Amino acid sequence: MEYIKAFVVGGIICLIGQILIDKTKLTPARILVMYVCIGCVLGGIGLYPKLVDFAGAGATVPLTGFGNVLAKGVKEEIDTAGFLGVFTGGLKAAAGGLSAAVLFGFLASVFAEPKEK
Amino acid sequence: METNKQAQKQYAKMVEDVSPKSPIGKNCVLAFLSGGLICAIGEGFLQLYGKIGFAEEESLLLVSVTLIGISALLTALGIYGKLGKYCGAGTEVPITGFANSVVSPAIEFKKEGMVLGMAAKMFLLAGPVIVYGTLTSMVVGVVYYFVGR
Amino acid sequence: MNKRMGKQTVRLAEPVIIRGVASTVGETEGEGPLGGYFDCVVRDPLYGEDTWEQAESRFVQENMRLAVKKAGCSMQNMDYVLCGDLLNQCVGTTFGIKDFNVPFFGLFGACSTMGEAMSLGAMLIDGGYATNVLAGASSHFCSAEKQFRFPLPLGIQRTPVASRTVTGDGAVVLSRNGKGPVITEITTGKIVDMGVTDVNNMGAAMAPAAAALIAAHLRDTERTLQDYDVIVTGDLGDTGRTLSATLLEKEGFPMDERYKDCGLLIYDNERQDTHMGGSGCACSAVTFCGYYYPKLVSGEIKRMLFVPTGALLSTTSVQQNQPIPGIAHGIVIENMKR
Repeated sequence: MEYIKAFVVGGIICLIGQILIDKTKLTPARILVMYVCIGCVLGGIGLYPKLVDFAGAGATVPLTGFGNVLAKGVKEEIDTAGFLGVFTGGLKAAAGGLSAAVLFGFLASVFAEPKEK
Repeated sequence: METNKQAQKQYAKMVEDVSPKSPIGKNCVLAFLSGGLICAIGEGFLQLYGKIGFAEEESLLLVSVTLIGISALLTALGIYGKLGKYCGAGTEVPITGFANSVVSPAIEFKKEGMVLGMAAKMFLLAGPVIVYGTLTSMVVGVVYYFVGR
Repeated sequence: MNKRMGKQTVRLAEPVIIRGVASTVGETEGEGPLGGYFDCVVRDPLYGEDTWEQAESRFVQENMRLAVKKAGCSMQNMDYVLCGDLLNQCVGTTFGIKDFNVPFFGLFGACSTMGEAMSLGAMLIDGGYATNVLAGASSHFCSAEKQFRFPLPLGIQRTPVASRTVTGDGAVVLSRNGKGPVITEITTGKIVDMGVTDVNNMGAAMAPAAAALIAAHLRDTERTLQDYDVIVTGDLGDTGRTLSATLLEKEGFPMDERYKDCGLLIYDNERQDTHMGGSGCACSAVTFCGYYYPKLVSGEIKRMLFVPTGALLSTTSVQQNQPIPGIAHGIVIENMKR
């Protein structure tokens, strides 16, 4: 059941992105920026965590989930560290994913050569 | 052929009429299926890490790291780029797409050196996501500090 | 003697001979419908080099040497090299021809560069400043993607109006002497801006310039389509060809099946998934050198109007929301055998 919920919710989030790409003049880069910001705001007002509870990875894997992590991080940090949490919370929570992307990006560039598609 | 505003408008209409449209139905089906599949795979890892005994927070991070690693490997092998051609947003929106957008320029620009090429260009595409994500989180934080608690 | 025939067209006093041509292309072009017509198909997109940019230079170098050889000349007989490409500051050309040791004019006309090179080369010879001129243009799918669009490993969907940059180099040896089809008239294009801003839809950006050029040429020469065996544009693609034909009809010059586009000839868009067709400097250059030149030699084509087309943009101009103006250059090439 968890799998079906993850599949359907994740699929719908991607489908909305596809409609935006095909129907508007927005480039994929802009849509991804929008997704992170929307995820972050929905996380901030407490709606996105509900979706995570319902759909698990279906809500955390899309980029909106990354925005939610930022919001969650900043809120938790403010709870423990006060106002300075505004500066540290978001990126602290995102650190794991960002570091992984940097590491794998570096490794891939060492081992892979540019190729024609 | 006068190139005033009126003519430009007329021409834009002509272009609109003859340019083929994206096959939106097919694109949406593929985006839904591929995006859903990636999330279901993520769910699989989430369950797996939970069973091994990681706490939920740890499992969520490990899922991200795992998916980023898989995406980096597929990108390096040239497979993720081919998938993206068919899946569109289905492979762009999940975190694997974010990883693809970090790894791709890192590989493509390594010829310009490991500092000014690979490293400087690594966040060419993903940079805006981090910039605006961070800024939004700060706004959310300020609002939360003053009115949320 | 006045060689001008109107606002944009000149008639050469002495026709300039296209003494030899060469075309070298990449694998995708080799697998296309014109694959058998090219002199050389290089399967390795890196052409044995380390980077895409150096690969493009290798295409330039090898193919220009081949053109000189096929024309029965040697490099030291060349008075000028005129060529260009799409890369920033034309480095594809620079590193391809730097060892030729021939006086060089680097050209930028976006994808219309071949038209610019042949026009100026013919004028140099007709003006008495040169006996032999080597002219050409190149582009490379990978170096163009890297510079203008996205890194190649990125998983993005192309819109159906996108085109594919042709990998290759086309070169001609223009001469006062020898045998071959001749350049008789040159119509130089003006920049036409119809406010197109979609970077994917290059055909739409260039079509008004192509139509304006062809209309200007027909007016200046007081000819009609019927006076030509073929009028061929550079890289308008499917949409661009339709748009330019519609614009020409409105101007009073209806086109028929004699009106062709190199971008539509070079790929099988269905089978090769190339959307609108080919683009890039090499698109018109290799199609002319590989496909049309032999037809001009054999006399199957007696008179053609060759119209390479270009979209004048940079990544910076696009990001600053400037429109994409177009340009086109027209060259009349004839088989003078009686």
